Amino acid sequence: MAYRKVAIVGAGITKFVRRAQETGKELSWQAAKMALDSCDLSLEQVDCVTLGTAPDAFDGVHMKGEYLADGAGAWRKPYMRHYVGGGTGVFSPIHGWFHVASGMADIVLVVAEEKMSSCVPHPQGAFLTIFDHTTEQPLKPNLIWIFALEMNRYMQAYGLSKADIALVSVKNKKNAIDHPAAQIPEEITVDDVLNSETLAWPVNRLDISPASDGAAAIVLASERVARRLTDKPVWIDGVGFAIDTAYWATRDLCYPTYVETAARQAYEMAGITEPSKQIHVAEPYDPFDYKELHHMEGLMLCPRGKAAQLTADGVTQRDGNLPICPSGGALGVGNPIAATGLMKIIEIFLQLRGEAGKRQVPGNPTCGLAQAWGDLMQMGTVVVMRS
Amino acid sequence: MKLEDYKLGGTALRSSDIKQGRVLSTSWEPDLAYAWDDGVAIGRYLAELKNGRIIGRACHTCNRIMIPPRMFCELCFRPSDEWVILEDTGTVNTFSIVHVNWDASRRGPKEKPLIPAVIEIDGASEGMGIMHMLGGVDPDEITIGMRVKAVWKKPEEREGAITDILHFEPVRPKATKQRAGRKR
Repeated sequence: MAYRKVAIVGAGITKFVRRAQETGKELSWQAAKMALDSCDLSLEQVDCVTLGTAPDAFDGVHMKGEYLADGAGAWRKPYMRHYVGGGTGVFSPIHGWFHVASGMADIVLVVAEEKMSSCVPHPQGAFLTIFDHTTEQPLKPNLIWIFALEMNRYMQAYGLSKADIALVSVKNKKNAIDHPAAQIPEEITVDDVLNSETLAWPVNRLDISPASDGAAAIVLASERVARRLTDKPVWIDGVGFAIDTAYWATRDLCYPTYVETAARQAYEMAGITEPSKQIHVAEPYDPFDYKELHHMEGLMLCPRGKAAQLTADGVTQRDGNLPICPSGGALGVGNPIAATGLMKIIEIFLQLRGEAGKRQVPGNPTCGLAQAWGDLMQMGTVVVMRS
Repeated sequence: MKLEDYKLGGTALRSSDIKQGRVLSTSWEPDLAYAWDDGVAIGRYLAELKNGRIIGRACHTCNRIMIPPRMFCELCFRPSDEWVILEDTGTVNTFSIVHVNWDASRRGPKEKPLIPAVIEIDGASEGMGIMHMLGGVDPDEITIGMRVKAVWKKPEEREGAITDILHFEPVRPKATKQRAGRKR
């Protein structure tokens, strides 16, 4: 490949909370500063800044990228904001990767921020206008509905029960107990999930990640610079992203084809031919518990319809053969949309460096993956990383 | 680096912090209005809904009959070819029983749950559906694969909108009607 090699050399994150006192700018600054400090860089050494943040409607700030630029350290630098819905956070490193891989920059600061709490009484209301304005909005839908529709289809296709799926929520919220940024770490049972409020059957409250405020940041560097900055660079070896039709009701909702398309692109770049064997640890996007299973299948980490069985067998626990969401995921750490995806990238970065503390998966993993998903159930973003 | 070695930013607020004025905030309720044009394809779709019909659009290259209709085929990336009147019946692809409104507020104890569904419309290509609501049915009776039919507003009440279809309700098999007859 004609690409230059790109490494992650530093990372920063804020706590994920339901409502932060800090503004989006301040959260961005906290994460960005921590990322620079973690690899002993100053802002002057940064060639270029990219920023990921999801809908302007959450913050009520139009042109949010421009508003956040100061906090992201972009002052008088090449700067661009990217936004692909829930897929944004894993698109963030891809956007930064372009700049380094192409030779345009040697050091890129990548920041992802979300402040959902500004939208009152609940940010869910801001989602109404993502639906088709003529054929869908008059029915007054919200996102929980369409996830419920997708989950029901998925359960029906493979004969799964709500209890099979609730195991994901139990696992991830428990994993989050060991994450310093976590918003809702807790030990719960499958019954707790099943007995929580039914919002849109088959979706109960504890099947869903919370609304959150938070920010995350990473530093990317070219090979020459990375080797000077750290003994433990983590390489971005494959990237992929793909979108499917916005006519979401015309697709088979039981399988995320767009995730498979993105994964195949990333795997080809990274030389991955047997994902379930070559990927040692993965952070698929888990805004809802069934989505972790859905995405494991789209990522070809297991055969279609088999992810729930792997979960029941303990394979996806931190000490299992294929640890999934050892961070605690969106379900446990929280889900400030764009920042969640980058939190997952940071988790794989730390896992591959052996620096994940109590969350460290055994076996010295050397290859990991993060994935996110978004827009109207149509966008897949995938990054494969190696130590 | 280890996250545990850093003092992380992000200060969690409690709702009491805001209520008791320990933290100041400024609020704004936008009063925005939009008038969305219906477009060429959806314009005809709405006009036919007003006539009590569901219309789709065919692409002769990939041989799909598409709903909602579109003037171009996004797969073949060429103009679509002709209008096709579809049935107002279909099959439930998936459904949900919903207790939350669009803004996440909860439906009241006396309000019935909403039942959104993806309905594959008869006459369109396999798997091509639309989102609409189910009604006139006990939520416990609904199954994926159930046959349903549109319940239309009265002609004089239709306005050329997706809501000209009130909801879809099950196509009752004849046996059900006979049982109802015996009850009388």
